[in-house]
Amino acid sequence: MSDVIDTLAGIEPGSPLDGIRNGRLQARTHAQASYDSLFKPLSEADASKLERIAIACFVAGLHGRPEMEAFYGAALAEAGAPAAWKGAIAVAVKAAKGQGPYGHYPKGPLSAEDKAGPVFEIGAAERSALGARLAAAFEHTHMLVFHPRDAAPSYLQALVDAGWSTTGIVVISQLVAFLSYQIRVVAGLRVLKARPA
Amino acid sequence: MTDKVFKTPPHIEPVVFTRDMLDWLPWLEPMPEQDLTARHMAGLVDAARAKSAYFRLLVRDPEVLEHRTKTDKDIFYNPEAGLPRAERELAAAATSRFNGCIYCASVHARFAATYSKRVDDVDRLLDKGVDTDLDARWNAIVAASVALTSTPITFGGEHVDALRKVGLDEASIVDVINAASFFNWANRLMLSLGEPAAPEKG
Repeated sequence: MSDVIDTLAGIEPGSPLDGIRNGRLQARTHAQASYDSLFKPLSEADASKLERIAIACFVAGLHGRPEMEAFYGAALAEAGAPAAWKGAIAVAVKAAKGQGPYGHYPKGPLSAEDKAGPVFEIGAAERSALGARLAAAFEHTHMLVFHPRDAAPSYLQALVDAGWSTTGIVVISQLVAFLSYQIRVVAGLRVLKARPA
Repeated sequence: MTDKVFKTPPHIEPVVFTRDMLDWLPWLEPMPEQDLTARHMAGLVDAARAKSAYFRLLVRDPEVLEHRTKTDKDIFYNPEAGLPRAERELAAAATSRFNGCIYCASVHARFAATYSKRVDDVDRLLDKGVDTDLDARWNAIVAASVALTSTPITFGGEHVDALRKVGLDEASIVDVINAASFFNWANRLMLSLGEPAAPEKG
């Protein structure tokens, strides 16, 4: 059975990479089940499907991966997102894009490796289009994608202040972290597929 | 009132990468052990994880935790074919070193050192970082992991060529891709939901 990673990486049933993926069948099955749990959740009480898909569009955009942007962009349209979201997400992606990982270490010998970089603040128009919850989630997502070692309790406080529950914060953290994995597996498999031995 | 950010208790903050056992302190409230239902226990996969603050925080979404854990275990523990365990752990340690996750790096550097017996090389990776010279095979695995971890992703055909040149077959290259990609998942959870603490000095 085909799955999202196969679809995005262009892996055909019966191909050599299909066979290799089957050699890690549990990983393959549960990566798909992780995707399903995040995007077809049993409960939307702490994070709605629409919020999850909007965050996924932003993560895909920050990574500059056309295949991921097309996939989650289609999901956003299908889910019936407000008309203004697509444009607002595109503007936010453009403003937030950068190069990671950067960030600070605890003060000490590793401070020599500190690498400064921007902290993303979403624009007023995008905040108004997406609402306070998603605006806060996007600012947090930017940190997770580009400078996760800068994470601090103040980032979580900003989410709580915007109305995210503890469980909701766990969900969106898993979501961005999972996407960071999925995007890389797809990118890696695409490179491998295009480079036959 | 569970929806609040914790102030961590006084603790020693680790300021270097290390193979020492570290503790991890949550910034949000984990589920109390006595509240865990059968659904949560299924999400934890290993019953012993009910003792861990990290897993009891993640188990607030039990389905995602269960599938994340089973993905993790197969990528690292499945002994069939592919890359030796030591080198899957090397990819995890290099990814964690590059992202800056002191906690994850400590766990997977310990595993890499245990399975490879190359303690000095693993310590050099921790001390000097991902550009340090290990040997041709390990350099290729570290470089591939770093390229996959960079945003935007810089992993390309030249990394695949380098991995093949040092003897990795296709299944082993997929293991490098899986291991490095998975630690981009794990690092972001460990870094953003709490912080590491060093053991009290005796």
